[in-house]
Parts: sequence; C-alpha cells; structure tokens
Amino acid sequence: MKLSLCAALLCLIAGHATAQGFAGLGSDAEGFAIPQSPAIFDFPTDHGAHPAYRIEWWYLTANLTGPDGTAYGAQWTLFRSALTPNDATGWEASQLWMAHAGLTTPDTHLSAERLARGGIGQAGVTTTPFAAWIDDWSMTSTAPATADALDALSIGAIGDGFAYDLSLTASGPLIFHGQAGYSVKSAQGQASYYYSQPFYDVAGSITLPGGTIPVTGTAWLDREWSSQPLSETQDGWDWVSLQFDDGARLMGFTLRDSARAPFTAATWIDADGTTQSYPDGALRMTPHATTQVAGRAIPTTWRIALPDRALDITATALNPQSWMDVSVAYWEGPVTITGTHQGRGYLEMTGYE
Amino acid sequence: MVYTALSTLFSHWRRHPGQLAMLVLGLALATALWSGVQAINTEARAAYADAAATLGQDRLDRLVRADGRPVPLADYIALRRAGYLVSPVISGELRAGDARLRLLGIDPLTAPPEANTPTLQGEDFNLAAFFTAPGLLLMTGATAAGPLPPDLPPIRTTESFPPGAALTDIGTAARLLGQSDPSYLLIWLDQPAHLPPLSTATNLQRVAPEQRADPAQLTESFHLNLTAFGLLAFAVGLFIVHAAIGLAFEQRRATIRTLRALGLPLRSLLTAFGLELAVLSLFAGLVGIILGYAIAAALMPGVAGTLRGLYGADLPGTLSFDPIWALAALAMTLAGAALAGAQAMGRTARMPILAPALPQAWHQASTRQMRRQAGVALALLSLSGTLALWGDSLILGFGAVACLFLGAALLLPITLSTLLRLAQRGARGPLGEWLLADTRQQLPGLSLALMALLLALSANIGVSTMVGSFRATFVGWLDQRLVAELYVTAQTEAEAARLVAYLTPRTEAVLPVVWADTTLAGRPGAVYGQADHPTFRDHWPLLAALPDAWDSLATGDGVLINEQLARFAGLSPGDSLTITPGVTLEILGIYSDYGNPEAQAIITDDLFAATFPDIAPTRFALRVAPTATAALASALRDDFGLPADAVINQTQIKRFSLEIFEQTFLITGALNLLTLGVAGFALLTGLLTLADMRLPQLAPVWALGITRARLARFELIRSLILAALTFVLALPVGLALAWMLLAVINVQAFGWRLPMQVFPADAGRLLALALLAACVAAALPALRLARISPSRLLKVFAHEA
Amino acid sequence: MLLQIDGLTKAYGPVAVLRGVSLTLAHGQSLALTGESGSGKSTLMHLVGALDAPDDGSIMLDGVEITGGDDAARAALRRDKIGLVFQQFNLIPSLSVAQNIAFQARLAHRHDPARDAMLAQRLGLSDLMSRYPEELSGGQQQRVAIARALAHAPALILADEPTGNLDEATGDAVLDLLLELVTSTGAALMMVTHSTRLAARLDRRLHLSRGQLAPLGSG
Repeated sequence: MKLSLCAALLCLIAGHATAQGFAGLGSDAEGFAIPQSPAIFDFPTDHGAHPAYRIEWWYLTANLTGPDGTAYGAQWTLFRSALTPNDATGWEASQLWMAHAGLTTPDTHLSAERLARGGIGQAGVTTTPFAAWIDDWSMTSTAPATADALDALSIGAIGDGFAYDLSLTASGPLIFHGQAGYSVKSAQGQASYYYSQPFYDVAGSITLPGGTIPVTGTAWLDREWSSQPLSETQDGWDWVSLQFDDGARLMGFTLRDSARAPFTAATWIDADGTTQSYPDGALRMTPHATTQVAGRAIPTTWRIALPDRALDITATALNPQSWMDVSVAYWEGPVTITGTHQGRGYLEMTGYE
Repeated sequence: MVYTALSTLFSHWRRHPGQLAMLVLGLALATALWSGVQAINTEARAAYADAAATLGQDRLDRLVRADGRPVPLADYIALRRAGYLVSPVISGELRAGDARLRLLGIDPLTAPPEANTPTLQGEDFNLAAFFTAPGLLLMTGATAAGPLPPDLPPIRTTESFPPGAALTDIGTAARLLGQSDPSYLLIWLDQPAHLPPLSTATNLQRVAPEQRADPAQLTESFHLNLTAFGLLAFAVGLFIVHAAIGLAFEQRRATIRTLRALGLPLRSLLTAFGLELAVLSLFAGLVGIILGYAIAAALMPGVAGTLRGLYGADLPGTLSFDPIWALAALAMTLAGAALAGAQAMGRTARMPILAPALPQAWHQASTRQMRRQAGVALALLSLSGTLALWGDSLILGFGAVACLFLGAALLLPITLSTLLRLAQRGARGPLGEWLLADTRQQLPGLSLALMALLLALSANIGVSTMVGSFRATFVGWLDQRLVAELYVTAQTEAEAARLVAYLTPRTEAVLPVVWADTTLAGRPGAVYGQADHPTFRDHWPLLAALPDAWDSLATGDGVLINEQLARFAGLSPGDSLTITPGVTLEILGIYSDYGNPEAQAIITDDLFAATFPDIAPTRFALRVAPTATAALASALRDDFGLPADAVINQTQIKRFSLEIFEQTFLITGALNLLTLGVAGFALLTGLLTLADMRLPQLAPVWALGITRARLARFELIRSLILAALTFVLALPVGLALAWMLLAVINVQAFGWRLPMQVFPADAGRLLALALLAACVAAALPALRLARISPSRLLKVFAHEA
Repeated sequence: MLLQIDGLTKAYGPVAVLRGVSLTLAHGQSLALTGESGSGKSTLMHLVGALDAPDDGSIMLDGVEITGGDDAARAALRRDKIGLVFQQFNLIPSLSVAQNIAFQARLAHRHDPARDAMLAQRLGLSDLMSRYPEELSGGQQQRVAIARALAHAPALILADEPTGNLDEATGDAVLDLLLELVTSTGAALMMVTHSTRLAARLDRRLHLSRGQLAPLGSG
C-alpha cells in the first residue's frame, strides 16, 4: 500500500486519483489560497510553511567534489502537501510531509524517502530559529540572528547505504524568479511563489558504502509554494539550475504540454545577484541524447540556449542513471556544462513515462 | 468384459435400493460430519491467520509500555527523530449494547511495508477522506452488515480483514476511542544500520509476535476437539459402509460365483468391484460434501460464538467454500470406502469358484481373538491412565482420551460376552436361555456397530458431564461473584464523582470496580483494585490461600491472582508477582475465574490508586436492599439521567453470562447428537446385514414352535439388551472421559480445573435415547422378520438355500 | 388314525405344488414319501408339520383339524405334537447339544431329563452333550436332531431328507436309529426321501408326482 499511497500523496491536491499532469499538479485550487501578483514576501515567516497553500517545498541541490577531484551530487528535499487549507495539530492530519534524499556519484545513485503527518512533531518547519525536518533528516539554520536565516544551513540525511552532512554558507542574496517571486507556469496563468538561494558554498562529508569522504562545492536552495502550479495538459517538466565558472547562474525550466507548445521560463542571475527574468520562449531546451533509465528513454544530455545572453551550452549528466526511485519517481542529478559557458549544475526531469 | 461384470454387479443395487441407500448414506454421513468439522476448522484457522497477519503482526515486533498503558506520543516522536523506523497504532474497541467493533488505527505514512495494509486505492477512493475528519472505516462486508456501534464515520468495504474489526487512520481511531497516545509501536524489520540498538534508545518493551497471545494457539484444543469428533463420526460412518459392502458381498456370492464360472477373470471382477465402489463413493462423497457444508454452515455461528466466548477470538459467522477442502473430503471418502471395501475385495479374490453359495457369518471372532483384544485393551487403558495422571500437555491429554476410547472399544466384545454368559446362568426357561445365548453369538457380527455406539454414548456422557459440571460450577461461581445488586457505569470521571455522591446516601455500599490493563508474568492481563468489603470477603471462594489472606490484602500487603495466572506462571500463595514495574507483591491467594482467558490480579483499592494514579473508577457495584433495587435503578435512569445500558442489575448479568455459556457449548451438543445418530444408523446397518445371515439360526427355533411375531419381538429385545449393556459399559468410560476433560484437558487448555459432578438424570435421558436408537435400529429388521414368508424360513432346511 | 389328510392343495403363486392329496397314517406306522424334485413332497411335509397353511383340504392330526388355525395355533401344534428332522440346519447354533435336545420339550413343558439321557445314550451322544453344533460332524448333528425330535415325545415325526447331506454308511446308521426309536417310542414317522432304497425300509411308501399321490410298492 505504501507505494500506492505515496504515489497518491501528491494526488491529494486533486482530491481524486485520476492524475492530471505530473503527480496531479495540474488541477484546481478549490478552497486553497492562490498566489497573487505582485508577490510580497515577509521573512523569516515566508521561509516557513504556508498551510493555506496546497503544496510547498524546500529543495536543495549540491554539486560536490571529493579530495581526488571526483564529482558528486547531493539532494535534500522536503515536500509539504495539504489535505485541507488549515494547520491542525495532533492526529487530525491536514498536512502531510514527504522528504527525498539523493546522493550521486559518477557510477551510483542512491535515494531515500520519508513520509510523515504534520501536527505531531514528526516533520515540519519552524522559522525562529529556522529548521525543516522529517524524522532524523534536517535542514537547520546556523546563520547569526541578524542575517537571513537561510544564509547558513546545516543539512543532513541518512538513507539505506548512504548519508551526508553538509554545512552551507551563502555568498550572495536571495533571488526571486518571475515577477519578483511570482512565477508563472503556463499560458493560462497558473503560477507559484518562487525564490532561491543559489549562492551556497558547501563543506562537509558524504558517506557511501565504501566509507566517508570529505567534500566541498556549491549548492542551490529553491523555495516554492502554490496551490495549482500546472495547467491540466502540462504533464512534466525539465528544470535546470546552472552555476557558470564566471559566477553567473541560470535557472530555467520547460513545462511540457500535451495540448500546446511547451512553456519555458528562465532567470539569469549575475554573480552579484542581479536577476533578469525571461518570459515564455526565451529559453530553448532541446534533448540531445537519451539514456534508458528505469525502463524508459530519458534525455540525459541537453542543448540549452538563451540567445539573449549568447548562451549555447550542452548539459551532460554526471550519472545518466540518477533516477530517484521513490514513490513518485523522477530524474534528478548533477550535470556538467560545456559550450559557450562552462560550469556545473543540476537537472531535474519529471513526467517521463 | 469389465463393463459386463459392472452392469451385472450394479443390477444388484437395482434390486436392493435400500441397501444402496444405506451404503451411500453411510458414506455420505461419514464424509459430511468429517468434512463439516474440517470446514469449520479451516475457516477458523484462516480467520486466525488473517487476524495474525493483519498489519504484519505475525512478523513484526512491537514496542509497548511495560505496564500495558499507551505509549506516550513524545516517546514515539523521539524515536522517529532519532532515526528509528517505528510506526504508531491506536487500537481499541467501540461498544454499544451488543454491538462491538475493534478499531485498528494505523499511520499509513510510516507503516512498515510488511504491514500489508489493505489497499487504499480505488476507483473513486478519496484519500483525503481517509486522513481527515470524519475519516473512513475499512471493514469486510460481513462486518459492515453486522450490528455496529452508532455514529461511525463512513464505511468502505474491503476484503480479507478480520471480522468484527475496522481499519482506519490513526487520527480517526484517536478521535473515536478518545486516546491520543499510540497503543503500541510497530517496529520495521530493517532499521538504519548506523543506529545503536533500539533497546538502548527507549524504555519501552519490545514484544515479539510469538510472545503475544495467539488465538490460533489458544484455540488449538478446541479445534483438536472438533477434529476428534469429526474422526469419530467418520469412523462410525465407515462401520456403516463396511456393513453395507459386506452385506452386498454376501448377497452377491452366487452372482460372483456364476460370473467366475462363466469365465470372467478374477482381475476383471476385482476391477469391476473397484470401479463400482469408486463410482458409489464419488457420488456419496459429493452428497456428503454438500451435507457437510450445510452442517458446517449451520454450526458456524455457534462455533464463532464459542470461540469468542472462550478465547476472545473473532471469526466470521459465515462459511466460505474452499475447493481444496472439498477435494480433501472426497479423497478421505474414497480412502475410507477403499478401507471398508478391502475385506470384501479380499474375500472375493480368495473365494473358490465352486464354494457353496451359502451365507456364512463372516465375522468369525473366536474367544481367543476376544481375549487377545482384551489384552490390547487393558494395555491401552493403563496407558490412558498413565497419560492422564502424569502427562502434562494437551496432546498427552488427548492421547489419554484416545487410548481410553480405543481400549474401551476393544474391551467391549469380551465384556458383553461375559455379561451375557453370567446372565445366561440366571436365565429361566428355554427361550430366555436361547435369547441370551443367541445374543452372545451375534456379538461378533455386531461388535463394530456396538463399538460405535459405545464411543458415541461415552462421548455423550463424558461431554455432557463436563458441560454439566462446568455449568453447575459456573452458575455457583456467578452466584458467589455477582453479589452486588446493581452495577453502574459513568461516562466520565466527573460524572463518576457525582454518581458516588448521589449513591452514597441511597445504598449500603458503593464499591468501585477499577482496573488497569497490564502485563502479568509476561502475559497480557489486568490488575483490579477492590475495596475491602464483606461483599468480597464473604463471597469470593479462594482455591488456595495464605492464612488471613483477606486481612493482608486489606492492608495492601499482597495480591490475589486468578487460577489461570497461577497455572500459567506456576505461582502459588507465598510467591511474589510484579503487577507493574517497581511494584512486586506477595501472592496471598488464588481465586477461580471461569471463562476468562487472561491473567488477572486483585489488589486493594488504596494500593491501586497509589500504583495507577491516573485511573479513576467509572464503574461501581452497588449493595442495595433487594427490595429497593428496582426503585434505585429507575431513579438512576430517570432522576440521575444515566443511559439505560449504564445501569445493569445482577440478574441481567447472570442471564447474559449464561447465554454466552449456553452458546459456548451449542456445537458440542449438536455434534454429540449427530454422533449418536450415526451410531444408531451403524447399528441399523449391522442388524440389517445380520438379518439375512441369521435365518439359519432363527429357522429351527421357529420350526420348533415359536411364531414369527414372537421371534421379531425377541429381535427387538436383543437389540435393547445390547444397547443397555453397551450403555452400562459406556457409563464408566464416559465418566472417565469427563474426568479427563475436566481435570486434564481443561487445565491444559484453559488453565482452570473444575470439580466433577455427576448428573444421573442426564444419564437416564441418554439411556432412554440409546434404547430408542436401538429400538429404531432393530425395528426394520424385526418387522421384516415378523412378515417373512414361511417358505423363506423353510428354504433354510432344504437342499439348496 | 393318527393322521388323516384329505384333498390337500397348495400353490405358490401360479405354480400348483399339491393338487388334491389325500392319505392316512396310523399310530406307530412309518411312511416314505418319494418323488421327483419339485413334485411337492417337501411342501406336503411342511403342511403336515403346520409349518405352512394349505390353500384347501383338511389335515386331521390326532383327531384335531390343524389347517384352520393362525400362526400361534400352528406354532403351538408344532411345539406339542410334531418332531422335525430336516436335511440341514436342524440345530440352534447358539445352544449346546444338551440344550438343543431339551429345547422343544421345554417349550412344550414336557421336559424329561431321563428321557433326554436315554435318547442321548441310544444315539451315542452322551459324551457330546456340552458341545455346540458347529463342533459336530454332519452325522452327529443329525443324531442330535433326531434326539431333539423325539425328546418331547411327539405323536408324529416328520423327516425331510434327514440323511441327504450324509454319506451312505452314515446315512444308513442314522436311519436305523431313527426307525428303531420311532418304533420303540410309539410315534408315527413320515419321511421324505428321493431314495427308493431308503424308502424300502419303511412300512409304507407313497410316490408323489406333479402334486398327486400314487402308491408305490405295498402302499
């Protein structure tokens, strides 16, 4: 039952299990709050959970390097999914929590999942001090009280055969996607609140079956919440977060649509944190090569172009088998960038059947 | 060739439809009783397996609090935050009047994969509805159809869930049961490798599945009992078949001889015989399976009631059809028929072609054979006695019963023969002498049927003595224990306080009934707090006690325990018992506690309040002048406003308890009667088989001047004499059986011993029943004898029969 | 006249077995009935022995009409007046030789131990008195049957092929004893046999053919 339940966890948004779009993300927002433009953020409160919205996540990806130069990737994600738009305590679960942890090496990819109900303390997010946790997995602020809570984080997770323990320090500001954090997801106007901290330097250790390895690197935290982020015909997305060697960063995604042309969006982030958002059509993401992963063909090399920034690169998966074998399975792993720009980043692909 | 032989053989049945009916009915009855009992056992075992496998309880360890109380939620969260994979369950029972429902509240988000909870997906399954109020209850259609407590959340039906129980979200269970702390935590089989052992992380107690009370284990004796009854009935049924086949063989001697003389090879003849038997048994087996299913379906509600009453095991009241069961029953029928037919086949094979076609008595049991049987019988009986006195397990107990039965059966022919010989000495007149001598001579031919009767009668006497003793003891015990005139239950502690204030001036005594579920000597049980009051001192019989046990109890210096706990844990007065961690008391005495499968201990109410400070009494036993009882009861309902079912008087409880008791032994009574019926039928077939062969014995007596009617009367009397003598023998066997059931089996199976009482009226009734059965069995052969034509008798004397 | 039979008829279903048989037999006389298989000789004998009832005709035994009574009356008659010896299964298997011999006499309340002893002695059974029929040879069994038939001093002995199952020498010896005892006790004997050799040794002979009598020899 467990698997089916978890598959259904995200379907809860729909209230019925006929999946519309990936994991049922494309359905109406009955009774829940809807993101509004202009977006007005209030920190540290907005670092915490928004129970009035149906879905929310704290999504961290890290590109890491070992002492011998081997590249690694780590993922720590906490999803919140609301059954009803309130925040009851005790067993009357109205908020369900799901967490994924992933650890990628050039030849292995390990993943784990945890589920919990809200209200009893097994999982949740607090803002002062900032902490997000489920069981013994956690993302805790280590920033001084005067700084933004997300400026420094300690994250840890333990799965079957792997673990990691990372310290993160931000070297730049929070950045806001779309219209100052109001991120439109379709031509029909579905949107979410979406901001990131893309400037983390990382130090820590990862544990693999072979032993514990000290690592350093960079990381990117995404915060996003909404009640209806996809339109009904959007059945998956391809998303990248890229860090170029010159210090600039790029967030871009393509929402694949079964009924019309794909919807794209991108945010260019200069090394100083200045951002420019690009509307639908500015970014072009083209699959370049596919790999058989978990019985399906998945593009693990992408041609990515943003003509406005004279960007034309190829993003290649560090490990094409970076398959998150969890209840709602998807591909998530580090990529290396070649072409007009060099660097590293993370690629996420959902909705490949 | 085989076909010709077969059709010739079958022509016999066309001419003797009665015999055919007897053969088929005998096989069908044997199959029916056996397969019926097996069907019940199979159903029950499947239910236990289902129940045991619910939430993977057969494989998963649990964490519980040592005192049996719920696990604090904070303890659960602490374990999860430390990385341990445990999952909370809130379980409990909702009751309203007769309706009861066990709730199993799970947290699907953390449930171990081994828990195999029923699928929550479905066409239009609303998962949000499962998690959020009012929630959903998943139960089988049968449970949903039964009486349910009121005000339940919406119900969805599911398959393969234990009867009388519902699966729901832990949040829903918490709300319905008013309990926020988990009842226990399920432990995932695989824990993260880097963590220290769970035992170092918590004070909670880890309980493995095998340490928990398992209904399959508890009820094993009951099912062994049923199986024994089924086998007994099957064996008795085979007597019938044996007789029918033997009769058919005798009557077809001439046919067989002619067929052989005409050149039919022996092998073809035997093949034809085998085919004939196979066809008949197949048909009879099918009839038997249908009958067996009907019997089982009819008995099932009673069995379910019995098992609930005795062991608290829940069974569906209905029966499902299992093809494996049907095939097994059919195989059993075929094997049984082969066994019963083997003798006739062997005789056919050995019969010389030119043997005279004269009927002969084919049971030639000589005195020597009877003596040899008696030797074996005595050995078996001594073994039985040894097992009963010194055996210390249930299996050995049943072994003792089996040896007793077998020994008694083997001893029957020589005992009857001896009794008849002794009677012959005292017989007056030639006819009396002849009657006894002839009865004695008939013994070998009837001994199998009489053995069947003996077993049926003994089982009847034994079981009814056991049930009667149990009932008498139980009623006496109820009278002693239920001395308070009224029992009231408050909904809340606040109401309880108001109730006590209201009652104190209106009653002679208000005695709180308060208990805590806990673990006693490693077994689930309960500790009761009891006020020091003459109500208890004067009325609670103690099986064993230290001097001044009640005084020591009153000062809080010790504990009384029930017989089950004493036997299970091998405790005696003077030993000590831990009632909750940190509280160990001396055992002052042992009291009988019939019908309760669990361990129980009693301490004084003050000690209880000190030990379990957060349990306040909400139930009270009231001592009232008997004349004022009714008025107080209605005042409690009308003036104080207690709901009707919160005020129960003593008579109601007694009636309710006795109803449960009667229900408990319903199946036993039914099986008893069925077995006796089958034994009666075996006697009938035995007599019918002998009837034709007896003509050479009866014809001379008739010729010498006795009318046929008188001979027929003698036949009836003979049957009655045999039944009566068999009954006389069944009496000691039955009483021995009762003693074994009460003093050996009961102690091993239930943990209590009952004083044996003898019920002469029951025995008298059974004797009448046995004589009636004998009369009915002998009536048909006797009637046929009374109406036989003289020429048939005269044929005996003629050249060629 | 001890026995007077007149116009006796008997049919079993459509088969007429006796078609008007008449005969007489005096006290102390012996009569041999011979005939083919199925000629009705056994049936005639059974009617005379009150073992069965005729369809028509009359049988006077010792001046009493025996054809009119019911089952009980016929049984009483057999008990009191008739001694029977059949070809086989004469004896009651569950009773000893002594009990067999005394059985009918005791039923008729005419038991005389001295007579039993005399008969046993004459028939050479004295050493066999406590044996059971199945322990005896065929000849011994027939001798017990004769003793039993004579023990209650019946007026008429009916013997149906009494030596049919015995070899010739044994049969002759048994017949010798039977004839001698019948004569010495004053009873009359009617014997069915298919053997003319044996029939020749009796006082009178009648031949039965297709249900009707014809005299044979000095009948």
